[in-house]
Amino acid sequence: MSDTTMETRQVPINKPPASVKVQRVLKGVPMRLILLAIILIWVVPILGLLVSSFRTPEAINNTGWWTVFGNLAATDWTLSNYISVLYADFMGLAFLNSMLVTIPSTVIPITIAAFAAYAIAWMDFPGREAIFVIIVGLLVVPLQMALIPVLKVYTANQLNGTYLGIWLAHTGFGLPLATYLLYGYISGIPKEIIESAHADGATPWMSFTRLVLPLSKPAIASFAIFQFLWVWNDLLVALVFLGTKKENALVTTRLAEMVGSRGQDWHVLTSGAFLTMIMPLIIFFSLQRYFVRGMMAGSVKG
Amino acid sequence: MATVSLKNIGKVYEGNVRAVDNANIEIEDREFVVFVGPSGCGKSTTLRMIAGLEDITEGDLYIDDKRVNDIPPKDRDIAMVFQNYALYPHMTVYDNMAFGLKIRKFDKEDIKKRVDQAAKILDIEELLDRKPKALSGGQRQRVAVGRAIVRQPKVFLFDEPLSNLDAKLRVQMRAEISSLHNRLQATMVYVTHDQVEAMTMADKIVVLKDGLIQQIGSPLELYNDPANRFVAGFIGSPPMNFMTVDVTEEKGKVYIDEGDFKLEIPKEQGDILKDYVGKQVVFGMRPEDLDYHEEEMKDQTIKCNVGVIEPLGAEIHVYVNTAKHQAIARVGPNVKLQVGDTIYLLPHFEKAVFFDLETELAIGREQRRQ
Repeated sequence: MSDTTMETRQVPINKPPASVKVQRVLKGVPMRLILLAIILIWVVPILGLLVSSFRTPEAINNTGWWTVFGNLAATDWTLSNYISVLYADFMGLAFLNSMLVTIPSTVIPITIAAFAAYAIAWMDFPGREAIFVIIVGLLVVPLQMALIPVLKVYTANQLNGTYLGIWLAHTGFGLPLATYLLYGYISGIPKEIIESAHADGATPWMSFTRLVLPLSKPAIASFAIFQFLWVWNDLLVALVFLGTKKENALVTTRLAEMVGSRGQDWHVLTSGAFLTMIMPLIIFFSLQRYFVRGMMAGSVKG
Repeated sequence: MATVSLKNIGKVYEGNVRAVDNANIEIEDREFVVFVGPSGCGKSTTLRMIAGLEDITEGDLYIDDKRVNDIPPKDRDIAMVFQNYALYPHMTVYDNMAFGLKIRKFDKEDIKKRVDQAAKILDIEELLDRKPKALSGGQRQRVAVGRAIVRQPKVFLFDEPLSNLDAKLRVQMRAEISSLHNRLQATMVYVTHDQVEAMTMADKIVVLKDGLIQQIGSPLELYNDPANRFVAGFIGSPPMNFMTVDVTEEKGKVYIDEGDFKLEIPKEQGDILKDYVGKQVVFGMRPEDLDYHEEEMKDQTIKCNVGVIEPLGAEIHVYVNTAKHQAIARVGPNVKLQVGDTIYLLPHFEKAVFFDLETELAIGREQRRQ
């Protein structure tokens, strides 16, 4: 019995001829080459940065970073660049400051935006369409236009140079996009799920926390990455609202300053730059697992 | 358990679109009531108003004699099963079923007991740890039903729960919901567009069309005593045959004349038609009330040609053409017929229903009931 099944399986009905297979592989080749090129363009400088940051100043000045691959063991590896950047150049403090700015500046707008998106999508109240239109309209306002007016308000209220000030600034600048993005996702949750929760006895608060939030993880994660990177890499808003004082400077402000003050010291700049890059990478790879396709699978018949 | 009472309920959507008009329905305790009608007739809207998912524009809704118009769904103590299941995709089957209980702060032991019991009733015990996406359509619908029964609500609401299932599963689930009703002795309101579901499951059927209630009654009342042409045509499969005929009177006897054939109406039915002599009426006859005859019987049989033959094994559906109309007759499995044959059908007049051509209301319903 099993023999016959084996035999039938061997009949090559669906097996494409070798030439078709080759063609298929060849078809993918240009795409793969392009991807490879893009990856190289991005990775090579980063690799150079990484290697240089662990080399002594003399080595950096005398030979190119790629020469280390000839004799990995013979190279003078050093951690002193990092130590000097972290302590002498206040990069360690700046790192902490950046965290202190970036985490609340990511969490606050997402929290507000999630509430707003839920309300606009699923609650019935007068003026909700008008509010939504205004939010979408705010998307087109460039933040540079808001800097001076906001600064005036901050000065009048002693918010200038405070963390609260920059949190609020980033929250304000991030909210329209956050609300818009989350609205798009949250309003796409099947209506019956929300209604079913209400029939099950859930208040709007419960259906928000127990259904909408968990189901919106992919959207929240992608916006969190986006906002985190933007705030972490931001220089303009930080300069305007926080200033350049060493005790509350951020990594971007420090790095910009170091380029000015220590422009020749490649060993310090490379390690400083690499430190700045680490956090976004960590955030990206840790939130990436929430990009789940088919979050709604099985909930309603499509 | 509970009674539900709709008094002059109406629903008007924005832009003055009227979905439900002046609905009066009394649902008794432990009754299985089915709302049936074609799509867009307002049956789902009515159900959603009972659930509290839709605002009530006019009228009063009572659950257990308490007016609930302005009470949100969560406080009405109802449970609803949706057409497309509406399971919570990120929760296991167990959590889906426990959700409503957790929200209502039942203690853990009690939740587990109830979920296990419901899972046993629905035969989904081995699925409790799975997520909805790992279930088949029939299993998902069971979970959706399970989510409703664990709560032991006052009223169960079903919104076309079986229409996404394949035909075989639908028949099976239909029987299961019926036996669930017997077992739970709960008040259930069930919406469907499928008159077979309505006939097989309901204690009481509410037929709707264009937002208006056409008739309320038990399945057999609706079948044997339809209030109007719509109900007569909607309930029953194959549907009732309709023919527009002239009513005439000769020598004290009432006849109906289709043009191609003429039938003498027995006295009892003839009396009902007296007022219509000289006018046209619609003559309604169920397919099983037409007997097959090979020979013509003067003024008693309908002469027609066989158009289509559908042998179903136990019986044959014969689609016949008269001069002006089409009709379906149910005949026994042993009748030998061929397309194009001329045959004669003998109507059982005591089962016939006549409808006013203008109003489409059944003629003489009061007289017939007496």
